[in-house]
Amino acid sequence: METRFRTLKDIPLEEELVPGTMICAGCGGALLVRIFEKVLGSNVITVNAAGCMTMLSVFPFTPFKSSWFYVAMASAPAAAQGVRDALDILIKKNKIDSKDNLKVLVLTGDGAASGIGLQSTSAAIQRGLDFYYLVYDNEAFSNTGFQASESSPFASATKTTSPTETHEGVMSQKKDLFEIWRAHKPPYVATISPAFIKDMMQKIERSSQFKGPKLFIANSPCPPGWGIESDQVIRVANLAVETGIWPLKEAINGEVRHTWMQKRRPVEEYLKTQERFEHLFKPTRNDEIINQLQKRVDDYWSSVKK
Amino acid sequence: MKQLITGNAAVATAVKLCNVEYIPAYPITPQTEIIELLSRWINEEKMDAKFVTYDSEHSMISAAGAASLVGARTFTASSSQGLLYAFEMLYNVSGWRAPIVLANVSRAVASPITLEPDHNDVLAARDSGFLQIHAETCQEVLDSVIMAYKISEDNRVRLPVIVNLDGFYLSYTREPVDIPAQELVSQFLPEYKPVFGYLDGQNPISMGVTVLSSNAYSYFKYQLHLASLNALNVHEEISQQFEKLFGRKYGLVDEYMLDDADYVIVMTNSFATMGKAAINRLRGEGKKVGLLRIRMIRPFPKKIIAEKLAGKKAVGVIDQNISVGSGGILYPEITSALYHSNERPKSIISFIGGLGGKKISISEFRHILSTLETSFHVDKFPVQSVMLFTEDDWGSVKEMLKIAGKGEVSGN
Repeated sequence: METRFRTLKDIPLEEELVPGTMICAGCGGALLVRIFEKVLGSNVITVNAAGCMTMLSVFPFTPFKSSWFYVAMASAPAAAQGVRDALDILIKKNKIDSKDNLKVLVLTGDGAASGIGLQSTSAAIQRGLDFYYLVYDNEAFSNTGFQASESSPFASATKTTSPTETHEGVMSQKKDLFEIWRAHKPPYVATISPAFIKDMMQKIERSSQFKGPKLFIANSPCPPGWGIESDQVIRVANLAVETGIWPLKEAINGEVRHTWMQKRRPVEEYLKTQERFEHLFKPTRNDEIINQLQKRVDDYWSSVKK
Repeated sequence: MKQLITGNAAVATAVKLCNVEYIPAYPITPQTEIIELLSRWINEEKMDAKFVTYDSEHSMISAAGAASLVGARTFTASSSQGLLYAFEMLYNVSGWRAPIVLANVSRAVASPITLEPDHNDVLAARDSGFLQIHAETCQEVLDSVIMAYKISEDNRVRLPVIVNLDGFYLSYTREPVDIPAQELVSQFLPEYKPVFGYLDGQNPISMGVTVLSSNAYSYFKYQLHLASLNALNVHEEISQQFEKLFGRKYGLVDEYMLDDADYVIVMTNSFATMGKAAINRLRGEGKKVGLLRIRMIRPFPKKIIAEKLAGKKAVGVIDQNISVGSGGILYPEITSALYHSNERPKSIISFIGGLGGKKISISEFRHILSTLETSFHVDKFPVQSVMLFTEDDWGSVKEMLKIAGKGEVSGN
């Protein structure tokens, strides 16, 4: 389809999320929400589960020009179904003008998306709910101080997986939410990155032609949790893609296509930028773990159709 | 027009009469007949509503509150484990001030798991902000659902309501029910118009937002309390309108042979019918005993309870529930309602009966009365709640313990 987002200059100028919130400086997730809302426009209701972004709207303020609805940690997709259904009922009865219809956006972190809220998400996708779902994946429970979630990567340090002589941080693999979602056969699933705004805008645009679940998982560098400076967020996000750790892809009706397929940098370059992986390099370099991480990425990409 | 219908059918019929637009659902015994009927009527186009099955009661209540805030009249139903599974969202939906009606078909709570009713499920929700109306008969179930929407959507209240009916004793029991005409119900209950108008592109609003200020939190929480208390007067007002149109009157409490009674048994829900039958028997034997049934449990009608029980010799409260480690749940609430009354009964005694749907026999009612009489005449008051459990009950349990390999169990 013809895109209205050919270059970064095509980012809509209108702000839907205005400045002045409690969100951490440099938050990758907040940047994503800002762009996402710009692309969706003003007739949106953002349905939120407990997490960092819950701190966006704190009484008596909201940074959103459009509607906001904080629900609970486990059931934002269920409440989104209630909102969607009620809007449809009221439009059908002419109680709401169809030009004032709202797009429903579920906004949650990875803890809600891959754990406590996975059941309600699965049900919403299975019912074919017409909605957008944006997961800001900062790979831990960041809002509560960075404890391990089901999305925390192998060997990363979190507040509940401190590296010691016998532990290398998180000992399990990151849950593959993209594939879990894709198994439900929704019309659209994609991964996105705050370092690849054009790719992100085009994906949102592409997804909007489909009625049904439109699902996005966004790499969201978290300065306090990952141990990076606020001004390094985009660089780290960029390296996540360029080392192949964060594949940019989409699946339209289940068919996967990668939207970034260039020569990859060594994973080590990404790991070295963050304190959560510092124990792999200091006091001594842990080649075994670094090689495991590299191999996992290599194995992934060797399975990708060129 | 009178029809012989179950309590569940009475709920569903009322929901249809109320022109409910949205029904999020999740099955659980003994509530399922309600959602089966509603979904069938929708599919047969006898009812213009949308029915959606959710993945859990937690999700179901989330969706119900959300749809109600957007502007659709919403109904949902649950029971027992389901209500408990939804617990977090009960508090949220009342905090959102979403006027939904939820039918709870009471069923005792696991573990051990069982199917028949007691009120540990619904009374666990007593602090959630939902109003609670507890019905005794299938007719009252139907009428209470209709009244519940009117109370819930009243701007002085704007809180969700639970209408409680006992599983099996009402849910699956057919009773003659006068089904009102649609025109009358529509006249009584006009179209739902949410306070802030419908949520749409023209009317953005933030809902359920974080409140980090303790002042603001206290303010909003106390608003809930005041709104709930408003429902006491609103109920009386609406009850009068209801009586005018439908000819049936419901109070916050329901009294039976109370005026000249020296001794009073306090009960709730369908077991009050057993209580009234026992009162008839005991009256026949010359005992001056009456019954007070509490119909509205949230808000708790302290004033009228104190009035009705003032001047009585002794009161027995039968709690069909158990707060483990304390005793009956309603007992302390009733006692505190009477504390400042000059005409406080000499004794108020707590009884626990009907757990897991166990019938309360006439011998147990006799035991209650004799305990009350003794307390009045010889100053003997049980400190803990008295468990109503007969020799026969104990015999049957001993038999089961033996089969379960626990050997002969002695003692009483």
